[in-house]
Amino acid sequence: MTTRFRCGDQVRTRAQNPEGHTRLPRYLCDRRGTVEMIHGLFALPDDRALGASLSTGRQETLYTVVFEGREVWRERSAEPLFVSADLWDSYLEPEPAR
Amino acid sequence: MSHHHDDDHDHGEHRESASMASRVGALIAKLEAKGILSEAELDAAVEAFLMNTQHAGGPALVARAWIDQPFRARLLADANAALDELGIDMSHWAKVKLRAVENTERVHNVIVCTLCSCYPVSLLGPSPTWYKSLAYRSRVVREPRAVLAEFGLQLDSSIDVRVWDSTAELRYIVLPRRPADTDGMKETDLAALVTRDALIGTGVCATVQRG
Repeated sequence: MTTRFRCGDQVRTRAQNPEGHTRLPRYLCDRRGTVEMIHGLFALPDDRALGASLSTGRQETLYTVVFEGREVWRERSAEPLFVSADLWDSYLEPEPAR
Repeated sequence: MSHHHDDDHDHGEHRESASMASRVGALIAKLEAKGILSEAELDAAVEAFLMNTQHAGGPALVARAWIDQPFRARLLADANAALDELGIDMSHWAKVKLRAVENTERVHNVIVCTLCSCYPVSLLGPSPTWYKSLAYRSRVVREPRAVLAEFGLQLDSSIDVRVWDSTAELRYIVLPRRPADTDGMKETDLAALVTRDALIGTGVCATVQRG
C-alpha cells in the first residue's frame, strides 16, 4: 500500500459501514477533509481485529485529517470548529479540490 | 423530557459497566484456571501501571517548554524525542507515539477518544471518569464550546476550537498557554500550575488567586 495522499490534499472518508471492525468513526463517514500530517505505516486495525498479527495484517499509511465542523455536522453545528482524526489510507478517497 | 432521556442514558451506562466487570472477572478466572496468569502477576502488573501514573510527566514537560524555547520547538516537532530528553517513559504495553498540540491566542485544543478512551496515562495520570463517558465523547466533537463552558472555561469567540479525536496509535497532549503573571517563576513552581484538565484542554493554567 502506497502513500496516496500528501499534506494539503482534499480527501473524502469512505461512506460504507464495514461488516467488521473499523477505526473510522461513524460521525466522520462520507465527509470531506484535508490531510494535515503523515505518520508513516501503521498496522490496520480492521485486520488486527480479525486476528492478524503485526506481520500478517495490512500496514497502511496513517494520516491526520482535519474536518470543518460545518462539514461534519451540517446545519446542526453553528459554532466554528475543527475536528481531526487519525485515519488509515484505505479509509480515504481523493476529493477534487474546490 | 430531557430528564427522562438522561435517566435512560444513565441506566445504559450502568448496565454497560456491570457487564464489563463481569466479563473481566470471567476472563481473569479463565486465565488463572488455565495457568496463563496468576493473581500475583496480575496484581504486580496493575501496581506497576499505577506506580507509573503517579509520576505523570505532563506538568514537567509543559514547564520545561514554557521556560526553554528550543525545547518547546522540539516538543512540538517530535514529542517522543522531547520525552526522552527529560527521561519520561510513556510506553506501557507498547511504544506509543505522542503529539503535543499548542494552545495559542488563536486556537484552543481539546483531546478526546470518541471510539473508546485512549489517553496518555503516563503523562496525565489516571483518566477521569468523565473522559470515558459517552456524554463527553459524543458532545465534545459537536459542541465543544458548550462542554468547555460546563467545565468553567469560557472561550473568546475569536478563538478557534480544535478537537483531536485519538482514533489511532497516537496520543495527544495539549501544551497550554503560560499564565501571564509568572515571569521569573521556578520550573517546579510552574509545573505545579499545570493541571490535568489543562493537558486535556478542558481547562487552562492560571496562577492561584490570593487574598
